[in-house]
Amino acid sequence: MTPTMKLLLAATVAATPLIAAGTAQAEGEKYILVSHAPDSDSWWNTIKNAIALASEQMGVEVEYRNPPTGDLADMARIIEQAAASGPDGIITTLSDFDVLSGPVRSAVDSGVDVIIMNSGTPEQAREVGALMYVGQPEYDAGLAAGERAKEDGVESFLCVNHYISSPASTERCQGFADGLGVELGEQMIDSGQDPAEIKNRVQAYLSANPDTDAVLTLGPTSADPTLLALDETGMAGDIYFGTFDLGANIVQGIKDGVIEWGIDQQPFLQAYLPVVVLTNYHRYGVLPGNNINSGPGFVTAEGLEMVEKFAGEYR
Amino acid sequence: MADTPQIVMDERVKQISPMRRAMIRPELGGIVGTIAVFVFFGLFAFDSGMFNSQGIMNWSVVSAQFMIIAVGACLLMIAGEFDLSVGSMIGFAGMMMAIFGVTLGWPMWVAILVTFALCISIGALNGFIVVRTGLPSFIVTLAFLFILRGFTIFLPQTIERKTIIGGIREAAEGDWLAALFGGTIGKGFFTWMGEAGIIATFERGTRAGEPVVNGIPMLIVWALGLVVVGHVLLTRTRFGNWIFAAGGDAEAARNSGVPVNRVKITMFMFTAFCATVFAACQVMEFGSAGADRGLLKEFEAIIAVVIGGALLTGGYGSVIGAALGALIFGVVQQGLFFAGVESSLFRVFLGVILLFAVILNTYIRRIITGER
Repeated sequence: MTPTMKLLLAATVAATPLIAAGTAQAEGEKYILVSHAPDSDSWWNTIKNAIALASEQMGVEVEYRNPPTGDLADMARIIEQAAASGPDGIITTLSDFDVLSGPVRSAVDSGVDVIIMNSGTPEQAREVGALMYVGQPEYDAGLAAGERAKEDGVESFLCVNHYISSPASTERCQGFADGLGVELGEQMIDSGQDPAEIKNRVQAYLSANPDTDAVLTLGPTSADPTLLALDETGMAGDIYFGTFDLGANIVQGIKDGVIEWGIDQQPFLQAYLPVVVLTNYHRYGVLPGNNINSGPGFVTAEGLEMVEKFAGEYR
Repeated sequence: MADTPQIVMDERVKQISPMRRAMIRPELGGIVGTIAVFVFFGLFAFDSGMFNSQGIMNWSVVSAQFMIIAVGACLLMIAGEFDLSVGSMIGFAGMMMAIFGVTLGWPMWVAILVTFALCISIGALNGFIVVRTGLPSFIVTLAFLFILRGFTIFLPQTIERKTIIGGIREAAEGDWLAALFGGTIGKGFFTWMGEAGIIATFERGTRAGEPVVNGIPMLIVWALGLVVVGHVLLTRTRFGNWIFAAGGDAEAARNSGVPVNRVKITMFMFTAFCATVFAACQVMEFGSAGADRGLLKEFEAIIAVVIGGALLTGGYGSVIGAALGALIFGVVQQGLFFAGVESSLFRVFLGVILLFAVILNTYIRRIITGER
């Protein structure tokens, strides 16, 4: 069995330095941030940068965890795992209350402090026993955007939904439709996550429905290919284009006048503030008395400089 | 098979020492791999919570999930076919239970039984198309991967205008069949362990004083049950020999009277059954069905089976091996979290360790079987 032992030894030796690097711990409290986003969602990079900054400034250790495919049942297991590893606090999204409330509740009951960020509602956060909720109410943000578009004379729209399995995405489209005062139906397309597919589907929809007034995208994943699609068909700058979230291309689009506005939910705050709040709570026992709304803020062509500088990094 | 006892001595059968016979098992690689993985995480993650009651339950449940689909995938792979629609089938089955049980308001046991019937028929259709057209099962089931996922998104979107249907836990309250998937057993034992201080208890909230793990989920019971049934079927029955024969050389098997087509279709149905069991356990535990459930699970099943020593080409493998493969995969995946591996490097580790597991297994198989 000598070759076997050799292999085994080789495997252990090869993996050792990497594992050791992973566990190199900073002094101080240990927090885990669990997101629902699949690996392919680039928007969460801002979250990672924000927790890296917060952990450095506060002198705590923050780990980022996510289900690789975005499967929420896998996310429930990750929360259970996070609780079992005994951190001081967990920061997590509540993108499906049915699936995640049980594991989050168990974590709270076993003595781990929890803050809900990004997805979920303040009511749900209270129900699972979380300290607070930091985020942007999705439906309200969509509604505000819809009302704004209506004022600008929009009557029909296309919603490019790249993450149709997340209820939050659908709520954004629903809010926008309600803001415009139209029924949500065929205008919401399931675009998938692949840039080429998204581009082709947007082009297909717009050529089949040439009288569409506006396009709403739900983040950089769908906005970037949509920008290309509009550019190719020559509709860029002509059709009313609004998007959720920011990214380098979206900022450029706003600057070029192709995109009317971007709704900034300020993910930086969603990740940064919970770390700061938890650390101060654990060190000094102080806790803000209410939930924190990190958005919505509309980013338009005015005042783009700061946004442009940090787009995709902290904005 | 290696462990079929020889009753009559035959001059054509080579004499094998009992020691060597005990070693020549497809699952030997899986056993060595399992020990290696536990030693590895014992060294690197021992005090990280991985081996307290919550931690053990965490990786056990994840491994059990892999096991349920791996048993089906293993038998099908030994029979010489693939099923890439397993992940989509999980999402589809869960969604159908939710639509029948919540949207249409049927009693949950009816919803579950109808879903099982529906999904097993789709499995049979998969198998029927494969044996009738002679197309590779890879292509046929890939088509069903898209078809089923598409319906899983379309149906709730059309009926409920959303992609997640909740309220299943309430609908399944007190249902006898639902409890068979979503419940736990051994509650008294765990309560006793909590009181005796063997396992941790909740510190606060409405469940303060209760143990953090309050029983063994039915998911694990199903996984072990399926492993036992699959193992006995494969190694102790005539049908099991047919499975090996169908996957080894279908034409030779046909010529010696094995109903190859029937065996393959039955295995497709069994794979669908396993996927539906997975879905039922998940839906009953979490109380909702989502359009994204089960993504990429077909590959996880195949990975577990291959780690467990089965050949991708069919005709060789073992259910116990697949179960150990599922255990290795589950422990590695969750263990990496416990070991505090940087999350963006997580997949690198997963890939490296899985590759080592398969290489190790292949070497062991070659050493013991003398195969080139």
